[in-house]
Amino acid sequence: MTPIQHKIARRKALDRFFAFEGLMVMTAALLVLLVLVGQLMFDGLSRLSWQFLTSFPSRFPAQAGIVSAWVGTILVMLVTAMAAIPLGVGAAIYLEEYAPKNWATELIEINIANLAGVPSIVYGLMALGLLVYQFRLGQSFLTAGLTLGMLILPMVIIATREAIRAVPPYVREAAYALGATKWQTVRDHVVPYSMGGMLTGMILALSRAVGETAPLITVGALSFIAFLPHPPWQDNFPYVSFQWLFDPFTVMPIQMFNWVSRPQEEFHVNAAAAGLILLTMTVVMNAVAIVIRARFRKRIHW
Amino acid sequence: MQRHIDQELADLKTQLLRMGALVEEQIERAIKALIERDANLASQVIERDKQVNRFDVEIDETCIRLLALQAPAAGDLRFVTTAMKISTELERMSDLAENICERVIELNEEPQLKPYMDLPRMAAWTMTMVREALDAFVRQDAALARKVCADDDFVDDLTHQLFRELVSFMLENPSTITRAIRLTFIGKYIERIADHATNIGELVIYMVEGKIVRHMTPPASQPG
Amino acid sequence: MKAMDASQTVLKAEARGLNFFYGQAQALHGITLPIYDRCVTALIGPSGCGKTTYLRCLNRMHDLYPGNRYEGEVTLYPDRVNIVGPEVDPIEVRMRIGMVFQKPNPFPKSIYENVAYGLRIRDVSNRSELDAVVERALREAALWGEVKDRLQASALNLSGGQQQRLCIARALATSPELLLFDEPTSALDPTATSRIEELVTELKQKVAIVIVTHNMQQAARVSDYTAFMYEGRVVEYDRTETIFTNPTVKLTEEYITGRFG
Repeated sequence: MTPIQHKIARRKALDRFFAFEGLMVMTAALLVLLVLVGQLMFDGLSRLSWQFLTSFPSRFPAQAGIVSAWVGTILVMLVTAMAAIPLGVGAAIYLEEYAPKNWATELIEINIANLAGVPSIVYGLMALGLLVYQFRLGQSFLTAGLTLGMLILPMVIIATREAIRAVPPYVREAAYALGATKWQTVRDHVVPYSMGGMLTGMILALSRAVGETAPLITVGALSFIAFLPHPPWQDNFPYVSFQWLFDPFTVMPIQMFNWVSRPQEEFHVNAAAAGLILLTMTVVMNAVAIVIRARFRKRIHW
Repeated sequence: MQRHIDQELADLKTQLLRMGALVEEQIERAIKALIERDANLASQVIERDKQVNRFDVEIDETCIRLLALQAPAAGDLRFVTTAMKISTELERMSDLAENICERVIELNEEPQLKPYMDLPRMAAWTMTMVREALDAFVRQDAALARKVCADDDFVDDLTHQLFRELVSFMLENPSTITRAIRLTFIGKYIERIADHATNIGELVIYMVEGKIVRHMTPPASQPG
Repeated sequence: MKAMDASQTVLKAEARGLNFFYGQAQALHGITLPIYDRCVTALIGPSGCGKTTYLRCLNRMHDLYPGNRYEGEVTLYPDRVNIVGPEVDPIEVRMRIGMVFQKPNPFPKSIYENVAYGLRIRDVSNRSELDAVVERALREAALWGEVKDRLQASALNLSGGQQQRLCIARALATSPELLLFDEPTSALDPTATSRIEELVTELKQKVAIVIVTHNMQQAARVSDYTAFMYEGRVVEYDRTETIFTNPTVKLTEEYITGRFG
């Protein structure tokens, strides 16, 4: 073989080696995931049943269920979303479109990035002091939602900002050149075109919040909640009730934590089953995010 | 910045100058054939005209190719369009030299009518005009071109003088009519060669200054 | 600059002593240039000469980015407004002066919505009015025949040339007094390019046009007046045929014949 053919052969061999190595690494990662899920299923699949999903926690493992936990998770997510999304999207739009590019804005942006890295239990401590004691909101859904809302706020802001930045400047210039004001450009072009990225970011942030345990424990999630909160409606005017916001709460991770801390084997099985449910919720949320992103990408390509 | 087109423009100039040199030679030889009554030389000139025609076609093709492919602008554009027109003027000059030679061959059938005085003077003046017109082109000299345009008056005057003289010959002696008429034609041909030289001068002025001065009386300048 | 024969030309806009600064750096020096109504004025020059900078002064696009500053005057006729004056709202200027960009940039919306957007932000919401204007604009942009059956389709599915004509229709929908073209065909193939050039020649019967182009032949084909710019200054301004057959300034001659830039 000529020298060139030697070199080519060597490089091709290197190519094949790296491809193989990548495959191995990916397989290892998938294997870990499979082992995780497999273990959970092995432990908890038997416990999954309608009864499990609709019963309250109990001293008897066979009768214990997670209804208050998953209802609690959903309600807390609702409050979190209500708190984080308007605030986060609004802040991101302001920072990207309206804020002057000076040192004050720089400072804000640096701090947002820092906040995203603060350990979640610190948020819990802050919420305990501020929301529970100072504002006397109690150990309630409102507190939980606000705490997690503050936790994911930096993520929402950053994801929204990235989505807004993905809108190319020449589209904005086209709008301005027609005589649009800044608000018209943001409302009619920037926000609609970045909606895909924004939604994806929001859902990913929420799916992170679903699993947060430490701040909620700090704020005082009780683990033996054998009742559901007040319903959001009432029989007399104004027919909508916000009483449930101030009720005590629990969420799935807390319930799991509680069960795992018990000595009885059967409670561990319960925990595993609950873990499967939680995993499913997370996977579904992520899948929704992916579908949304794919649909938007089809409609809007730069 | 030297560009590909500069080489092509230089080649075009060389082509034109080669044609100009050949045409100058044609005119010179035609007059020589007249004065020395040399029928052989006259035939050679007539034969050579074909080469001049070939040059004309080649130059036209070069110019059209340049215009189509290079889209020259401003000074380059004026140069190319002027070159096309100059080659036409030169080709006509050579045709006129050919015509002179045809008359020379005819004249040689009879004895010389009279010693040629005016014709050689006209011819010399005209050949100077042709040479200066081509020099003006080479040097992009608008002042020289204007001089050529003004020099035409002298040739015109000599033509009239020649005509009067030949008419008086014809009136005195009818047997000279054939020769006299042929000589008149030759005078006319020389005068038209001078006109073409003037045209070349006007074209050079356009090429250099960007003003079209054709068909206008040139400004009064120093006499010829 | 030579005096123009103004007997048939009406002034639409005029820059007088316009200086423009990107922050501290001065990009335009004392630009003085007329723009005649119902004529095409071309701006040519090597890269970085300031032609696009000047164009973007005319519709105050520089105001979108911080640190830019105008000095001098650009007067819009007939009401003699100084469009670069600090007291004039850039939004108002952009409502009267439209722009078509180098890279076709239709909104990722339907064809109809693209053309109608300019009207929507002028508070026109009557459906039949919008329909009429959309059709008129698409006809003027020589695009109606190709898209009239799919007005609700996404604008991004059109070819490059069609997208650019859509952008022209979008700008025409608001009946601008002055239309600015920033190298409109540099991203298009030759067929699409000549269609756009044809369009410009037709459009000039209704509206004053300023076109920036780095293709000299395009400027020669399409424009009535040409300005040659270099290093932020106007070197020569004259009728297009004069610039291309017998320019006055040596620098112009050198640029036109390709001896620099």
